Amino acid sequence: MGKGGLTWRWFCAGLALVALTGLVVGCRRAPAAGASITLAGSTSVQPFAELLAEDYMSKGGKQSVNVQGGGSSAGIQAAETGAAQIGMSSRELKPDEKAVLYQFPIAHDAIAIIVNPTNHLDGLTSAQVRGIFSGVIRNWKDLGGPDKAITVISREEGSGTRGSFDEMIMKDAEVSPAALVQDSNGSVRETVAGDPYAIGYLSLGLVDPRVRAVKLDGVEATLATARSKEYPVVRPFLFLTKAEPTGTAKDFIDYVLSPEGQKILLREGLVPVDPNVGQ
Amino acid sequence: MSEEGRVTREGHPKRGRRRAGLSERGVERVLTVVALSAIGVLGLITVFIFIGGLPAIAKTGLWAFVSGHKWAPGRGVFGIFPMIMGSLWVTIGALAIGVPLSLACAIFLAEVAPPKTARVIKPAIELLAGIPSVIYGFMGLVILVPLIRTHLGGPGFSVLASSVVLGIMILPTVISISYDAMKAVPEAYRDGSLALGATKWQTIVMVLLPAARSGILAAIILGMGRAIGETMAVIMVAGNATMVPGSLLDPVRTLTSNIALEMGYAAGTHRAALFGTGVILFVIIMLLSILASFTTTARGKAKVNPKP
Repeated sequence: MGKGGLTWRWFCAGLALVALTGLVVGCRRAPAAGASITLAGSTSVQPFAELLAEDYMSKGGKQSVNVQGGGSSAGIQAAETGAAQIGMSSRELKPDEKAVLYQFPIAHDAIAIIVNPTNHLDGLTSAQVRGIFSGVIRNWKDLGGPDKAITVISREEGSGTRGSFDEMIMKDAEVSPAALVQDSNGSVRETVAGDPYAIGYLSLGLVDPRVRAVKLDGVEATLATARSKEYPVVRPFLFLTKAEPTGTAKDFIDYVLSPEGQKILLREGLVPVDPNVGQ
Repeated sequence: MSEEGRVTREGHPKRGRRRAGLSERGVERVLTVVALSAIGVLGLITVFIFIGGLPAIAKTGLWAFVSGHKWAPGRGVFGIFPMIMGSLWVTIGALAIGVPLSLACAIFLAEVAPPKTARVIKPAIELLAGIPSVIYGFMGLVILVPLIRTHLGGPGFSVLASSVVLGIMILPTVISISYDAMKAVPEAYRDGSLALGATKWQTIVMVLLPAARSGILAAIILGMGRAIGETMAVIMVAGNATMVPGSLLDPVRTLTSNIALEMGYAAGTHRAALFGTGVILFVIIMLLSILASFTTTARGKAKVNPKP
């Protein structure tokens, strides 16, 4: 039995050791800024930022660039509190946010209104889109289509895409509470691809053949019309910093704004901010 | 039997008492600390949720927060009534689908199935509990939602889809607990009933089920807790519209989905309002647990002194 007690003691000591090690490892802080930087925020910007970070690091940068999601509001907050060296936003800043942050537009993105490919609707006006999303227009027959209820698909509150859509299309109208809410560009696309009577909105760069972007106010949603600002719903992708960027953060932002970085964004379907790239 | 019982009640097995040394007390203390730390974590979570949520509830007013029909964080309007109703609808739906299936299955396993069959089926059902909820959600999204959309109408993302998915998800919980409750009914009850000339089915309905009532109730309440707390699978098939559903085919948003959908973005009062949603959910689940332990103890006592 004495032996049993001994084993027990070792067992408990081991348990305590494991717990302690966990605590110590868990509480150790991430390495100081300078060596590596973190980007956090908009899930619309995230995939592009990841590509840029990968390319930047492969170009022999010793520093590592981590990219995290979280959403535009979280990105703005992360930049304000310094939790991330660079915040990412896919909507314009509000005045109080503008006052405390440095912003660097890295590209522009159009928001496409998408329907199922089997839908023969050619185009909509901004007012019609507003009517559909606010629940005033509820049936495709009011738009010259079949007598079927419209399945309206929106994004969750706080999403940058939703924020830009609210600001540029809905204006003072509210998205109807009856609208379905999907929590990412991908789920919106999936839902519209699966439902012949659905309508949704997402980043132009993410439109693929399973869904169809309709004309808005008579303008086709393409990179060219987005660049010329003919297309009515174009939003900026922003990098945000709390102070004038230095070190790796500055180096990375410079790289993103260089023709090299801008070309990657163009290739991925965004409108570069550098007027010389892609013309 | 009585010898064993006495030893356990005294709290120290004989061999331990003989050697009641430092190590014995040391182990007891370590175990106490570990056990208390679990409760400590629960306490911390409770405090944290309430600290996070109360400012929003105070700002909106408890009644307005709970009974408000409109959820528009962008405009500073926080009413979670549609989500409370959503959780309620979906949970009732899940119970309506899951409980009859579970009870039938538990009765079959406990009373009807030959032991060999039961030995295969029971582990298989317990395996259901190990499937991650996102898989249930994905199956619902890919199979159930289009099925409902094409055959019943509406967008497919609906109370019905969520109820079916949740109804399947609560099966293992409800089945295994009610199975255990039925197995715990003394053999003498069955023998007595059969000896009096009752058929097997009469025995099950009139003797077995009433005798196992407390356990079955506990099973249902635990299943309800699982249904109300499930998040991932529901987000994928519910449609998440912030509206009180008018029919089974309408989209719905539950309390848990509300938190999970928006937490990544929320800041300030919006964030606090999500914690507030958590507070309400917490209170609902606490009430359920209290109800569960109350029914089990109350019925349990009644069973000790059955009416003549």
